[in-house]
Amino acid sequence: MTDAAQSAPLGGGSRNKETTGAQATRLAPARVALVGNPNSGKTALFNALTGSRQKVANYAGVTVERKEGHVQTADGRTLSVLDLPGTYSLRARSPDEVVTRDAVLGKLAGEESPDVLICVADATNLRLVLRLILELKQVGRPMVLALNMYDIAQRQGLRIDLEGLARELGCPIVTTVATRKRGIAELVGKVDDMILTGAVAGTNAWREPDAGQIRHAHREAQRILKAYVRPPERPDTLTGKVDAVLLHPIAGLAILLGLLFLMFQGVFTWAGPAQDLISNGFAALGGLIGQALPDGLLKSFLVDGVIAGVGSVLVFLPQILILFFFILLLEDFGYMARAAFLMDRIMGGAGLHGRAFIPLLSSFACAIPGIMATRVIDNKRDRLTTILVAPLMTCSARIPVYTLIISAFIPDRKVWGGMSLQGLTMFGLYAAGIASALLVSLITRKIFWRGAAEPFLMELPAYKAPDPENVARNLLLRARIFLTRAGVIIFPLMVAVWVLSTFPSAPAGSAGPAIDYSFAGMIGHAVQPLLAPIGFNWQMTVALVPGFAAREVAVAALGTVYAIGDGAGGGTLGSILAGHWSLATGLSFLAWYVFAPQCASTLGVVKRETNSWLWPAVMLVYMTALAYLAAFIVYQTAAALGGA
Amino acid sequence: MNDLQSPLADLKNAVPAEGVVIPLSRARIGDRGVIIEVRAESHPGDHGVALAELQRRLLEFGFVEGARVEVLHEGAIRHDPIAVRLDDMRVALRRRDAEDVRVLLDRPRP
Repeated sequence: MTDAAQSAPLGGGSRNKETTGAQATRLAPARVALVGNPNSGKTALFNALTGSRQKVANYAGVTVERKEGHVQTADGRTLSVLDLPGTYSLRARSPDEVVTRDAVLGKLAGEESPDVLICVADATNLRLVLRLILELKQVGRPMVLALNMYDIAQRQGLRIDLEGLARELGCPIVTTVATRKRGIAELVGKVDDMILTGAVAGTNAWREPDAGQIRHAHREAQRILKAYVRPPERPDTLTGKVDAVLLHPIAGLAILLGLLFLMFQGVFTWAGPAQDLISNGFAALGGLIGQALPDGLLKSFLVDGVIAGVGSVLVFLPQILILFFFILLLEDFGYMARAAFLMDRIMGGAGLHGRAFIPLLSSFACAIPGIMATRVIDNKRDRLTTILVAPLMTCSARIPVYTLIISAFIPDRKVWGGMSLQGLTMFGLYAAGIASALLVSLITRKIFWRGAAEPFLMELPAYKAPDPENVARNLLLRARIFLTRAGVIIFPLMVAVWVLSTFPSAPAGSAGPAIDYSFAGMIGHAVQPLLAPIGFNWQMTVALVPGFAAREVAVAALGTVYAIGDGAGGGTLGSILAGHWSLATGLSFLAWYVFAPQCASTLGVVKRETNSWLWPAVMLVYMTALAYLAAFIVYQTAAALGGA
Repeated sequence: MNDLQSPLADLKNAVPAEGVVIPLSRARIGDRGVIIEVRAESHPGDHGVALAELQRRLLEFGFVEGARVEVLHEGAIRHDPIAVRLDDMRVALRRRDAEDVRVLLDRPRP
């Protein structure tokens, strides 16, 4: 700030002490922070305010997502807007809520305190937010109340005495409909007024309330509600009717299973054409460049390293988009809380929190967004358990490996009246993943932390029609996060793998395959004796080295090992494998892949989410042990039965 | 109502009459009434957090003295968790954590 002040022609003075006239020439934009209950439409309001001018990062030192954007005031000044995680109270209980509390109190490391708070409230559900507002009042920061979803309140015939309420709370009120961008200009205007008139923060009198003070605040909220809000003439009856079906003990679970089925259909069927397009596109690109360039290191680097590397990341994008499309849609609709309600007791049996359902579901697409989604779980131990078992869910990166091995070793025939044996095997692999996740979490809960589970208290929000723009925007955001985070880790690893499997090159005139002389070959040969009891040959152990970059890379690596190794090998990779491996080895490889932590990105994300190397290390060890054990049992059994 | 050892023990036998106070943990679908007390005493060490913390969380969610409550839904396994209407909002919670919420029932069950 000092640097900017010195270099700017109009500079001078610290901006918080500037008064009206100089405000227009402020050097940095004024900061506005959005606070509110979950489900208040806070994110929709953030989107309506900032449009596409958003930036997502992490807060320094913690793993909570930091969403910041910019908005222009009527006379062209810029305000910076921060979307704080939703909370019911400043008494923070999860990492997300700690961020909100510290940001509001101006105590967040690396963040300047906001100049104005916008408290976002669901106009149809004011009781709890009034208590939060009373807490925020104690902090003493200038505040504007945005009564969001005001259209729904009006439709219900809910009457709010806006003037009276504003007088009582001592802050201006703006009614908004974030999804239709109504009231946004007025809200910005009110915030701008506050900044221009130089509203300054009073003294912070907030302290963590005890039970008596919470009760008192509720009585206050009740009194305010009674005085200024007339109950709706036509209250929402739809939510009750829908809940009667969706929360029904039997019908509700059946519908949940149906939805899950639909999601998987979507993820695995609809994504297919797009994935083919992407992988064929990259193959064609590789082919084009391969033709244009002379044989040599550069060609090999571009085709086998760069293009194959980028392609291996992008190919999962369609599945991740479809999965997140469903999740965002259901979240917007208000269903996710219901799913947690339905699943709580079932998951609780395995020592998992009902909210772990959503992260574990995401892990079927990719453990990385799944592990990132565990932030919704307040309790640290519940969250760690979920993080530890998330990679056991069959992520989409395992599918290419499963598909390849199944097509090579499992005969394509019908059993038990029309069921495909290959399909059954695939189902069995999924089931093994789920069963082992439940088992591991149960053991973790029983051995490592025996305390009872965190209280399960959750608002069931009123159902709302999903807002297409909100869904689309969040979908784009998820795609961007996946591409940057996965791309940043996977791509360099792919290049490293290329280096490992290319250098040192084979001596001229050597008879053996080139990769045999490379570092990857050396590692493969060195490790192979360890993996011999589970039936792995050296080509497989070589493929496992790059397979640590990402699971599906093992397929490409096997292709490399066998293609490079055998010269121009005819036939598909599947038929090559069927010729080289025994059935027992194929099955053992499948069993290995159910458990093995073959994903450096996942371990990296766990490190970041837990802020410690302990948990990725625990994950690496326990998953490798499980994988070895499972592959050993499968190989030895199959070999004993004559599959060797 | 002093025997609160097991929240579900005599769920089936209990037929609360008008003016009877029960812990929310024993309420069944359709039961409605007014919360008359939110304590911090049952099964310490069973909630994953201290009793006073559980009490504050319940209070923060609106389980306060004077609030109207009605059980709307029960989970499939052992009727747990429950979804209640709490004044004008809907909240889901586990029976285990609802024991300290005492409800004065409006009328006997049909």
